Amino acid sequence: MVETLATPARPRPAWRRSPLTVIGLVLIIILAFIALLAPLIAPADPLKQVLSTRLDPPSTAHWLGTDQLGRDVLSRMIYGARISLLIGGVVVGLAASVGTFVGLVAGYAGGWLDEGLMRLTDVFFAFPALILAMAISGALGPSLTNAMIAIAVVSWPVYARLVRAQVLSLREREYVEAARGLGASAERIVWQHILPNTLAPLLVQASFDMGGAILSAAGLSFIGFGTQPPTAEWGVMISEGRNYIATHSWLSLFPGLAILLTVAAFNLIGDGLRDALDPRLRGTG
Amino acid sequence: MPLLSYLLRRLVGFVAVMIGISIITFGLSHLVPADPAVVALGDHAKDEQIEAFREKYGLNKPVPEQYWIYVTNLLRGDLGISLRTRRPVADDLRNFFPATFELSLTALILSILIGIPAGVLSATARNRLPDHVVRILSLIGGSVPIFWLGLILIGFFYGRLGWLPGGARIDSFIPPPPEVTGLFTVDSLLAGDYTAFWSSVHHLFLPALALGYFSTAIISRMMRSSMLEVLNQQYVLAARAKGLRQRHVVWGHAARNALIPTVTTIGVTFGSLLSGAVLTETIFSWPGLGRYATHSATSLDFPAVMGVTLLAALVYTLANLIVDLGYQWLDPRIRHG
Repeated sequence: MVETLATPARPRPAWRRSPLTVIGLVLIIILAFIALLAPLIAPADPLKQVLSTRLDPPSTAHWLGTDQLGRDVLSRMIYGARISLLIGGVVVGLAASVGTFVGLVAGYAGGWLDEGLMRLTDVFFAFPALILAMAISGALGPSLTNAMIAIAVVSWPVYARLVRAQVLSLREREYVEAARGLGASAERIVWQHILPNTLAPLLVQASFDMGGAILSAAGLSFIGFGTQPPTAEWGVMISEGRNYIATHSWLSLFPGLAILLTVAAFNLIGDGLRDALDPRLRGTG
Repeated sequence: MPLLSYLLRRLVGFVAVMIGISIITFGLSHLVPADPAVVALGDHAKDEQIEAFREKYGLNKPVPEQYWIYVTNLLRGDLGISLRTRRPVADDLRNFFPATFELSLTALILSILIGIPAGVLSATARNRLPDHVVRILSLIGGSVPIFWLGLILIGFFYGRLGWLPGGARIDSFIPPPPEVTGLFTVDSLLAGDYTAFWSSVHHLFLPALALGYFSTAIISRMMRSSMLEVLNQQYVLAARAKGLRQRHVVWGHAARNALIPTVTTIGVTFGSLLSGAVLTETIFSWPGLGRYATHSATSLDFPAVMGVTLLAALVYTLANLIVDLGYQWLDPRIRHG
């Protein structure tokens, strides 16, 4: 087996070779815990307005200060983590499921169906993502659910292309031909033999898209097409702090940093996964 | 002629994509739950007015026929009337497009001018300090919310330091240059009005920086990784072995070939620039298509939103067509292939 011979020896464990990926992973695990335990760890109700403490700067009472309605910024950020992770998970889950299904059908069926489905992905690729998402969100009405649907609609084609390319190369492999020769049905070949082997590149794309979805959703919320106030969401928080940027910068600063760190963490994980799966790329990203 | 057949193939693909785009925007305009005629004319419209509107836009006809009317209107440049500005959407797009084009183009030029040398530097100094700095800056650029970055830039450079303006295309006390291209920088130079020129450059700087950071990051990452691949190839080693100077090897031999995959990235980032323009223009009160789209969408002005969506898709598809043709020039293997 050529592959076996070409496999390089692994002198160091993965976490030593790629410390940045580990940092990304740790950040996401921490974030997931924060999101999960939000009601237990948030110091205050994220929606509770205390007008006597409006726009208080960071202090021991309010670590990240209070906003224009006297709400505790830290608590709102903690609850915001829930929404961001939810958005990332739902959008990527939806987009990857639809995209994988389309890619499998196109790649395995071939012919006019393949041609038609790929032209459909071309069409979706032609739209700048946020503009189409805005149009969809506008048509359906602005809300968190519709924003997630909108972002998923613009995100699925990349999975379809990815899976199709994998299927095209996998379906000619000997083990697939062997399965075919043994009389396995097309459905069985696709589900049992092809799909599991497309998962690795899918996972890489998914981790990049988690970050992308969080960014897009925050952008949509910022311009009023995503999560609606008073919900504690990072994009909404930045938008609400917008008019205070010169005088009370913490209102926008902290939620923005939270988005930056979260997206960077997913990107680091994506880089690490890609390198691990394709050693030729190691360190080139 | 392979080039001619290639061009023909691309042209057919372009038309097919445009048809697909029109189907999607048509479908989206039918998703709106309200009656478009009532939305367009307002609640107080008389029945006969509503009927006339339905007749004009074919809203009382079967769906395929409605689509046909929609497409023929599009081909005549009739994108409907904006419900908010009460002007033809096509006129609005024409008015707002130059501002967006000027901003996106400046951002793109900035990101090419910074991204490519940064990627080359990063690759040639692999695993040393300049490489680490470029990689960290690219990671941040690929992860930062553009609207937040814009806000922070305004808060710092305008709010705190007062060095740069925080919005608009030109100082309010300076008359805009007479319109030739619609790009203030170009038009003011054409008119010989240097005060207007510097004012518009000042106003462009922060939004272009905010908008261009993401694409700079993507371009520098791509350039770095393709440089690393190219630098290990035989012909680069041969060039080194011949005793050529490092600068000549890097820029003359390696960078030119590493540019080929980077050019694709530049085409793809153009889409992100258009998306980013929506957010950047909103933050910087930049009177372009992005801000027009946001304002239109918040007031449920659907013809306007669809107009922007169509135009953005058209520009993006064209940009990628140009990029593909750029390969012909960069890569002789494709030119003669």
